[in-house]
Amino acid sequence: MSILVNKDTAVVVQGLTGRQGSFHAKQCLEYGTRLVAGVTPGRGGENCLGLPVYGSTHDAVRATGATVSMIYVPAPFAADAILEAADAGVELVVCITEGIPVLDMVRVKAALKDYDCRLIGPNCPGIITPGESKIGIMPGFIHQPGRVGIISRSGTLTYEAVFQTTNNGLGQTTSVGIGGDPVRGLNFIDCLQLFERDDATEGIIMVGEIGGTDEEAAARYIKERVTKPVVAYIAGVTAPPGKRMGHAGAIISGGEGSAATKFAALEAAGVTTVHSPAELGSAMLAQLEA
Amino acid sequence: MNLHEYQAKQLFARFGIPVSSGEVAESPRAARQAADRLGGSVWVVKAQVHAGGRGKGGGVKLANSLDEVQAAAAGMLGIRLVTKQTGSAGLPVNQVFVEAGSEIERELYLSLLVDRAHERVTFVASAAGGMDIEEVAATTPEKIFTVSVNPAAGLQAYQSRILAAGLSLEKEQMRQFVALTAKLYSLFCECDAALVEINPLIVNTAGQLLALDAKINIDDNALFRQPGLVAMRDPTQEDDMERSASEHDLSYVSLDGNIACMVNGAGLAMATMDLIKLHGGEPANFLDVGGGATSERVAEAFKLILSNRQISVILVNIFGGIVRCDLIAEGIVQAIRDIKVSVPVVVRLEGTNVEQGRALLAKSGLDIVTADDLTDAADKAVAAA
Repeated sequence: MSILVNKDTAVVVQGLTGRQGSFHAKQCLEYGTRLVAGVTPGRGGENCLGLPVYGSTHDAVRATGATVSMIYVPAPFAADAILEAADAGVELVVCITEGIPVLDMVRVKAALKDYDCRLIGPNCPGIITPGESKIGIMPGFIHQPGRVGIISRSGTLTYEAVFQTTNNGLGQTTSVGIGGDPVRGLNFIDCLQLFERDDATEGIIMVGEIGGTDEEAAARYIKERVTKPVVAYIAGVTAPPGKRMGHAGAIISGGEGSAATKFAALEAAGVTTVHSPAELGSAMLAQLEA
Repeated sequence: MNLHEYQAKQLFARFGIPVSSGEVAESPRAARQAADRLGGSVWVVKAQVHAGGRGKGGGVKLANSLDEVQAAAAGMLGIRLVTKQTGSAGLPVNQVFVEAGSEIERELYLSLLVDRAHERVTFVASAAGGMDIEEVAATTPEKIFTVSVNPAAGLQAYQSRILAAGLSLEKEQMRQFVALTAKLYSLFCECDAALVEINPLIVNTAGQLLALDAKINIDDNALFRQPGLVAMRDPTQEDDMERSASEHDLSYVSLDGNIACMVNGAGLAMATMDLIKLHGGEPANFLDVGGGATSERVAEAFKLILSNRQISVILVNIFGGIVRCDLIAEGIVQAIRDIKVSVPVVVRLEGTNVEQGRALLAKSGLDIVTADDLTDAADKAVAAA
């Protein structure tokens, strides 16, 4: 079992014909992801990586029955691409694009309320169910089907958690990179809820970082609703206030969003925290073997 | 991207938000002439730096004569102003803003930002103007009023009236406030602002609302569609290394320690700094070379790191996913040879083709310490520092 995506999930790629889009789509195909079509406005009827290209997401979805869209469209056009996918009727949009203006995302999030459509990202590595479907830019080979669900705001830190749980034999049910932007789609709580309901997921690793209060909200949710063991790490203990640390969302501002307050909230909720990212896998193993 | 107060007030004026009349000046004599043109008998001279806390740092002076205006400007221009937000090095004052003095009846606080929890543009207002709003929020949260704006509907007048009531404004000021907030919301959206703050927003003795200070921060992600605002950028207010990093598409933040780090991915870069600290060392910087770290970027990153004279060791932490570790290793070796790196380099590589990558580093004959994992890397870097 897994959450959100599996081997049957049919995926269209918005921005397939671009450099980023075709590079990563090729890797997804090699991994075994069921990519069924590409979308590039004005280039309907072409072919790319052996996939048919459509001029609109509506046409692509109608022709293929795809339920997921993966987006590599450049930032100035990404908000439009997300809402086009939602309007075309997909159930899940995975937006990899980095650098979308925050006010675009404010409008996108408000408009998405009109649709029964989930969004992962933007500015994220995507989602993978190991051995079944890789929808994003993560290196497939470090994953292994298994028992742990992973949720993370950071790309390469997600890979650390994945790599450690592969090396110690735990493996992953699904790994979700929710992205580093301040306004984004699925959040920790949404993923915690899905992993809690997923029978195959025995434990959950949560990787947060400075900025905002989503980890604090997740801590409250875990205390009330999550029965499975959760191991958490927060990046940015040494980050100075007021500085944007790479990700648009990683900034301590207005006395809010420090790593210390997030660690404290998670610990108060009974979550096992680790202060070294090197210990995510071993801490999860200890929880599941206990 | 931050704007200066005088630039923010130009934008305010363009959107019809009331500000007192003022002029920017780059010399004491120009400041005096500006004051003379503005007229009146009281002026305020304000240092233009990208930081708050200017008043306490000596960057805001009241002047009762043209001589005093000139003297105040002479005391500020050319210095580095230190406030509680600048750090000990301070920021250079290249311009002063000379403004007609205002007779203040009340001081209020008003700001606009994107509230992450509600995912909406949100107004924050308080009757406790002129004070540190974070302190007000911590000690007397009941004095703070907020409303969030539905992006489809836009700001509604009733929302502004809720804030005005919270500020105990009289009927006439409430009318002005409703108009002012609507203009402010337009400015925020049209300029892709991340923060607009007026502290204080005053009611003067004539009963007029006036923005006495103005702070605007623009969303960096939106600069591609704000060419007019990009032109207002003042590089003298930015950290030299951070500016040079951004020119090479590297994400860099200076810190005070002596262990430099070079990492791919923002989260892993922060985690690497934390690990150094956890193992008893002090990180010198945050540096994200990006997910697709190429040998050119690695070389640029080494150059950048080495321009900081305080560093005694470099820790390279790369999780090669899409990028192959052997290519990264080649880039590291090449960069160390070309740039003549003089401090020890600890390298932790993981991911695709990691064995070939480590072998390349080992046979390079350079002073490279290879680490087996994250913990080993932090230990070795701290030991070498």
